[in-house]
Amino acid sequence: MGGVNYVSRRRAALQPEESDEESWEELVPLPPSCPLAGTAAWSWGGREAPGAMLGKGAGGSGAKPAKPSFVSYVSPEEIHKKEPIEKEVNLHLLPGELLLCEANTVLKCVQEDGSNRGACGKLICTNFKIAFLGDESASDDNEPEFKNKIIGENDITLHCIDHIYGVYDEKKKSLSGQLKKYPEKLIIYCKDLRVFHFCLRYTKEEEVKRIVSGIVHHSQTPKLLKRLFLFSYATAAPTNTDIQNQTVMFDAIKDWREELERTKGNMKYKVLSANEAYKVSEKLPLYFVVPMSLSEESILQYQGRGIPIWCWSCHNGASLLKMSAFPKEQEDNTSQMHKIFLDGIYKTINKPPYEVLKTDDLSSSLPSLQDIQAAYIRFKQLFLIDNSTDFWDTDVKWFSLLESTNWLEIVRRCLKKAIEVAEYLEGQNTNVLLVEENASDLCCVISSLVQVMMDSHYRTKFGFQSLIQKEWVMGGHCFLDRCNHLRQNDKEEAPVFLLFLDCVWQLVQQYPPAFEFTETYLTVLSDSLYIPIFSTFFFNSQHQKDTNMSGEGHRAQSSHFRFLSVWDWSVQFESKAQVLLNNPLYVEKPKLDKSQRKTTRFKHQRQLSLPLTQTKTSPKRGFFREETDHFIKNILGKRISKLINSSDELHNNFTEFYDSWHCKPVDFHGLLLPHIDGPGIKVWAQRYLRWIPEAQLLGGGTVATATKILDMIEEVQSLQKKMDEKHSLTVPQGREALPMLRNSARLSSLFPFALLQRHSLKPVLPTSTWKDLEDEDDLAKRDDEFVDLSEVI
Amino acid sequence: MASSSPKYNSNSLESSSIKRIPKDGTKWEQNEEIPRLPGETSITDKEVIYVCPFNGAVKGRLYVTNYRLYLRSVELDPVVILDVPLGVIARIEKMGGASSRGENSYGLDITCKDMRNLRFALKQEGHSRRDIFEILTKYAFPQSHNLPFFAFVNEEKFAENGWMVYNPMPEYRRQGLPNEQWRVTFINEHYGLCDTYPSLLVVPYNATDDDLKKVSAFRSRNRIPVLSWIHPENQAVVMRSSQPLVGMSGKRNKDDERYLDIIRDANGQISKLTIYDARPSVNAVANKATGGGYEGDDAYPNAELFFLDIHNIHVMRESLKKLKDIVYPNVEESHWLSSLESTHWLEHIKLVLTGAIQVADKVSSGKSSVLVHCSDGWDRTAQLTSLAMLMLDSYYRTIVGFEVLVQKEWISFGHKFASRIGHGDKNHADADRSPIFLQFIDCVWQMSKQFPTAFEFNEQFLITILDHLYSCRFGTFLYNCESVREKEKVTERTLSLWSLINSEKAKHTNPFYTKELNRALYPVASMRHLELWVNYYIRWNPRIRQQQPNPVEQRYMELLALRDDYMRRLEELQITNNSKISNSSASSASPSQMMSHVQTHF
Repeated sequence: MGGVNYVSRRRAALQPEESDEESWEELVPLPPSCPLAGTAAWSWGGREAPGAMLGKGAGGSGAKPAKPSFVSYVSPEEIHKKEPIEKEVNLHLLPGELLLCEANTVLKCVQEDGSNRGACGKLICTNFKIAFLGDESASDDNEPEFKNKIIGENDITLHCIDHIYGVYDEKKKSLSGQLKKYPEKLIIYCKDLRVFHFCLRYTKEEEVKRIVSGIVHHSQTPKLLKRLFLFSYATAAPTNTDIQNQTVMFDAIKDWREELERTKGNMKYKVLSANEAYKVSEKLPLYFVVPMSLSEESILQYQGRGIPIWCWSCHNGASLLKMSAFPKEQEDNTSQMHKIFLDGIYKTINKPPYEVLKTDDLSSSLPSLQDIQAAYIRFKQLFLIDNSTDFWDTDVKWFSLLESTNWLEIVRRCLKKAIEVAEYLEGQNTNVLLVEENASDLCCVISSLVQVMMDSHYRTKFGFQSLIQKEWVMGGHCFLDRCNHLRQNDKEEAPVFLLFLDCVWQLVQQYPPAFEFTETYLTVLSDSLYIPIFSTFFFNSQHQKDTNMSGEGHRAQSSHFRFLSVWDWSVQFESKAQVLLNNPLYVEKPKLDKSQRKTTRFKHQRQLSLPLTQTKTSPKRGFFREETDHFIKNILGKRISKLINSSDELHNNFTEFYDSWHCKPVDFHGLLLPHIDGPGIKVWAQRYLRWIPEAQLLGGGTVATATKILDMIEEVQSLQKKMDEKHSLTVPQGREALPMLRNSARLSSLFPFALLQRHSLKPVLPTSTWKDLEDEDDLAKRDDEFVDLSEVI
Repeated sequence: MASSSPKYNSNSLESSSIKRIPKDGTKWEQNEEIPRLPGETSITDKEVIYVCPFNGAVKGRLYVTNYRLYLRSVELDPVVILDVPLGVIARIEKMGGASSRGENSYGLDITCKDMRNLRFALKQEGHSRRDIFEILTKYAFPQSHNLPFFAFVNEEKFAENGWMVYNPMPEYRRQGLPNEQWRVTFINEHYGLCDTYPSLLVVPYNATDDDLKKVSAFRSRNRIPVLSWIHPENQAVVMRSSQPLVGMSGKRNKDDERYLDIIRDANGQISKLTIYDARPSVNAVANKATGGGYEGDDAYPNAELFFLDIHNIHVMRESLKKLKDIVYPNVEESHWLSSLESTHWLEHIKLVLTGAIQVADKVSSGKSSVLVHCSDGWDRTAQLTSLAMLMLDSYYRTIVGFEVLVQKEWISFGHKFASRIGHGDKNHADADRSPIFLQFIDCVWQMSKQFPTAFEFNEQFLITILDHLYSCRFGTFLYNCESVREKEKVTERTLSLWSLINSEKAKHTNPFYTKELNRALYPVASMRHLELWVNYYIRWNPRIRQQQPNPVEQRYMELLALRDDYMRRLEELQITNNSKISNSSASSASPSQMMSHVQTHF
């Protein structure tokens, strides 16, 4: 019973501090009655599993009618006896984490091989997470190799909760706001696609009320920014010493200067410090880069709107720029002024050496944020699966279901757009200006995708992290609003960053050796979006972070609290687990000294550029250039949207570029173009299928080959060590068997996430395989060969 | 025109690959540069324009031999080469008439069995089209012109003899047969019992040859239930047969009923015998009208029957046709997923796999023996038994083991390769043709994709098998059954495909293979895991083709080579140390150099 005492003691100790939290119990009046008593059946979630039984950890409370039920092989009496075991649980609270409410004798239901297992334990809610404390995981001494130190297997951060449903008489209802009736079962859908089923039938009525209303309140109601756990944690956690990390944060002027130098953009572009103290704009970072010729006045004129801001420069000097567009104005006067302003800007930057500029208005050439959000809502629904029946029912029409969500099509369009931009930069030596309302959503997706595809530096781990800092964090992507972390406005929610990660995943799966990180890295990065101890994804802009860090009137010690960065992976993972984030297939780009660089650069360029650019008759290309030039001059200042999008020329250039690149061997350190045909775009199985037991392959999947490679690397290393030993001391040794560190045979394909979720070795069998052959009906009725057997006899 | 530059030539037949050859290699005049197999003879050659769907029109010279069609482009940079065995050709059509005006609209359109079409434009003058059409037709369809298959004139020599791979007796002995419950019978030695079965059969010990004869009268085409595989531990068996001849009147046969009961009894279990009828129940019922049917409850109270809902050969043929429509020549741009779904191809794969999993699981659970049949027991039945065996017995996941499996369950048990593929037969619309074996290989590929370390063979192995399923270069897949093959003296007069494969095993080996004994391997038959086999079905499209060789595989091979190098050096060191010669510094330099680029990230 020690565990319980520990928890309650902790809770008592924390009581005084809790006054800081708004008193939710007052806000949520408890209903007069709880309609839970009476029913005896244990069937949960409407599953039809006649063989359903409780697992070893089953337990129940004596408060309920002690009647054995038709779905349970374990009678409540037996459960009662086991009760003491269930309480052997430990609650680990983070600094600043407060226990808010708890409920005992909650059953966590797990489906396995068509039957239900229940683990009995305690459900708690803190200001950081919901956690289920069962005895099951504790008794499992087989410690997973890949364990998150912050979020346990049964922990759900409040920000990770997507939807909460209550089950009332077998019916699922969404829970939000004030509850009049309390459900017998709680289903929690998480943003990382886990689905939890908690049965409350054996929980004391009072506790049900407290836990359900507590969870609903703390996860569903709008929050104030300052109430984010991020602040409690930063205040309470010991001040972290700066961890040496090679990720460039882009919060210092030198970071930008170095980036300009690295990409050789410093000839044409300059870093501005005009936004120090956010004098220009609260959307822009303290430092940003603009074309040399732009004057400071023009930048100040419209708070940074209408200004081309530099993202990246290609080896041939062509640059990628972005610009916040002016909002559509009703007033003629204002829009006239904007037009004149833009005219001026284009004229300034259109002077040599900024010869040609291709403008792409992403808000008209890509799907809207609403489309993206709608597609994702449909898409994720396919993976939030309640039970096996659900799984197989959706399996029959899987491909058309996938297609109807439109998510993969959006991924495809983003990749295609990125190839188009790359074609302008690489193939046509043309600057590209991406335009969007705030230049902080699709601009981030496309500009960072283009950089991942064109600059192998961004395919290293630190490079990729620096890119996210540069384009997303400093680029002012509204993480807080897009993730709807504060639950203040659903309309602003859109999984833009996730869309980017999905696009990168497509590249990772198509070109495994090109990236220093693994798909597991991308998956845990996507999970980190919902962990409110890192500041990286919890602000809308640098300005917002800075102003909230100086904490007016917060606690006394707040003056120098520090936020953690998500890039410090040691906060979440032990170094043993971090190994899984590094790609064993990746081979570093050979480093060359200065003297060699010139020649290799040339070679590199030749590898990148296409036979077309060499072999194609120059007059045609020249003609096209001129024409474009002319065209641009004519319409400058008119907010060019789709410059030549409709022309066949664009299409031809694109296909030529795409086809000829794909005809050549891949240089994993060079330009990388994704396959964007139908079969090329796939579902990010690791992220989306990882919690679904039916989708697991025991001993299969790509993890099987990855493990073999890791094993081989270890073997080679140990051989090398042996070699070295032999050289130093010449003690003759017999050949020993080499250590095999892993047993790839039984790892699940969903490793490292759903380690041994399915325990049984029995195959999973589709339950609904009915299919309609429609037009082929007449064929289907035919016999294989038309021989009348009755005659034969 | 052909703007794309060359690079891939890894397709097993090297067909349609575009190669760059040295500029000075212009002496391609006669025969010199055209690959020739021993026994292959040149028939004709012609100036043509190859209308390539990907690279546009290519001017070249077309060579026809008694084995292949070979095209080399006139332009040398890049050189476009087509190398297609005539056996692959399903249909040759003339396109355009005398009045054709459009560019390259007059010529030949050749439909191939391997998911592509070839178009050649010819000059209208001088009967060139007629000549080439007649020659191609004659040599592509030798059976329709009283000519032998190329396999019978092929004079290749291989280090290995593939005909030695499969011998039924050792294979049954490997399974621990015969034993107290099961015996080998030679009743079919001269194909007297069943002309489509092999000569050697394994049957229950307690059934006499006389019993077998009586049972054969009640099974379609006399294909009685015989043993395919026995579980080494629980003694449950996989049996195969054709449908019982129940007919409209619901005929019964005491011998058949007793025979199935003997089978049920043989593994010492008291439970019922499980019968999997591969067909949808509707079809099984409909079969009664033509004299067939299924084992009813009344007649077989000790058996439990399940239908596996796998459709017939016609449905499969149509499905593949639809698949070709969406991948050739161009991959469906929009709505790829729903187009793919509408072909039903993967859905059929799912059903076949699901059926095989059920068979394997039933046997592996040890609770009961299993009898599998469809109508005749040579299409769906072969798919199910061979896939179940692949899941149950890791031996069949090796290269030789898989060859044995194909040889046994498909070739010896009379899958009608000649009818299903239409070897050398001009009747392209024959309703007997169906991609049943391709579907099986696809299922195997799906399994190897799900379990990348479980199979000794690689994707190339499967593609090679499929290519020579059509090529007619080997005798392996010719004819419908063993009795005909014996009559045609196939093993004496032709070569086996396994000779080719086993002579270059490295090319067909999966480096990730991890030997695992006695482990049942169940794929997940869910659409979420089933994929279109792009490297086979869309391999002619240069835009889609995936990276060859597979970079993951390549990296592993590098590491393997490095390890072997270390091992060798360590051994050397051992020797030098033992012989007390200590100046080994010279040999140590190279491995550490090699290490530098591998050491990067773990």
